[in-house]
Amino acid sequence: MQNAILVGIMASIVCGVIGPFIVTRRMVFISGGLSHTAFGGLGIAYWLGIRPLIGATAFVLAAAILISRQEEKKMSRNDLFIGILWAVGVATGIVFIHMTPGYAPDLMTFLFGNILTVPRADVIITLFLVLIVSGAVMIFYNGFVAVALDEEYARARRLPVAALKMGLMILTALSIVTLIQVVGILLVIALLTIPVAVASELSMNFRRIMLLSILCGILICLSGLMVSYFIEFPSGASIILIGGLLLGSVKLAGRLRGRRPADRPEGPGGRSKET
Amino acid sequence: MENLIAIEHLTYGYEERPVLEDISLGIAPRDFILVIGPNGGGKTTLLKLILGILTPWSGTIRFHGETGGRLGYVPQSARFNRTFPISVFDMVLTGCIRADNYLKRHTREDEEKTGVILEKLALYGKRNDNITDLSGGQLQRVLIARSLVSEPLALFLDEPTTAMDATSQTDLLDLLTELQERMSVMVVTHDPTPYAQAYRHIACLNTHLYFHERGELDSATLERVYGCPVEILGHGIPHTLLAAHGEEEKLP
Repeated sequence: MQNAILVGIMASIVCGVIGPFIVTRRMVFISGGLSHTAFGGLGIAYWLGIRPLIGATAFVLAAAILISRQEEKKMSRNDLFIGILWAVGVATGIVFIHMTPGYAPDLMTFLFGNILTVPRADVIITLFLVLIVSGAVMIFYNGFVAVALDEEYARARRLPVAALKMGLMILTALSIVTLIQVVGILLVIALLTIPVAVASELSMNFRRIMLLSILCGILICLSGLMVSYFIEFPSGASIILIGGLLLGSVKLAGRLRGRRPADRPEGPGGRSKET
Repeated sequence: MENLIAIEHLTYGYEERPVLEDISLGIAPRDFILVIGPNGGGKTTLLKLILGILTPWSGTIRFHGETGGRLGYVPQSARFNRTFPISVFDMVLTGCIRADNYLKRHTREDEEKTGVILEKLALYGKRNDNITDLSGGQLQRVLIARSLVSEPLALFLDEPTTAMDATSQTDLLDLLTELQERMSVMVVTHDPTPYAQAYRHIACLNTHLYFHERGELDSATLERVYGCPVEILGHGIPHTLLAAHGEEEKLP
């Protein structure tokens, strides 16, 4: 249980730190592609007999670099490329798991997530990943914001836009690896977006959206964990459903306070004033 | 006086197709240049080449002194992420970010400069508003404020009057005329009429460049550029594309 709480909190930090960039840069589909590509790494790791998280990390990082290069060179339609990576990743995983003798007991954990069974070694790997992601976002914050806000202007200011975009993609990949343990490959996108969506209902300030996303992530991860622990529901699905309920409640509360949905722009941010 | 920016024999294209060929142009201190031409003629491309967003196939762009590091850019408002959750103040503050300081936090001086620019452009009262709350005219002023906070020596604006009402256009013109006292201004536009009193040079661009002093432009040059008869109304400003009556402007 202690491991589960630690991983839940660390995953929430990652959600809050990287999620707002994913949503504002419209990288949600890319994140879906990256998380499913991880399945290929898991399959190969099982076949080689190494720690699955290491295989997933290597695969997702490679996919992130490929997508980034593809985007920069505009070699072909990016959505097409991501869709192919998505499917090829899953197919690779299926083939290698099929080739692996015996039963793969952790497989369902990685597909659907089970925060309650995270081993101590993976907690340490997760801590390492969280430190990298949070530290990098703190250091490159101004550059990432400049690129997310106005890529062309960032180029005109001579910022290393290609490197910053690649960096953001790699951090997204590392975040996905962290979150896979909590909610599984199939539900990672939800954990990257729901806390940001809730936070965006409450604030129009990017930094505050980050902070609120972290708090929201902690709330839904720990609540889901409790539900899963006490009434034996699947943990990943419990976390996401609680997140969905929270988002619905916040949106409903906003409507009841008289804010028309049409007042709000698409995506994070909105009209609520803060000083 | 030596040009701030000297462009020589510039050529650039997309894939195999050249969009600009052998362009040579000088931008003098406190010049006001209008860049006009048909769609696809290379107007925005020229701006992006000067700003370093694109790299030319051939030719050179030379900057006098520190001009190269002090270029202001006001893109078309439709090009940036308008849904990004950021206040007017923070948006203008991003104009202080450069290649040599983007790893550092904003300084007190950056914030003070931002406040001063917002005051000057009558935006200080809006500093805490989200950019999504602004009208077209206000947003354009925010983009100009962002470009001015870096204290440019040359300011480049891409279609700045698009989606602006008449009052906002007049305000923008007043502002640009004032700015021209301190810096060079280059405006890419489809509609040169609002700038009739302000411009000094006019550059007609359709793959090739035809550069003219104020009042020098004739209908024959414009006809060559646009590929159809053009009526000049006044101040050397082309206004009506006669052959385009009821049609779109012809692409090259």
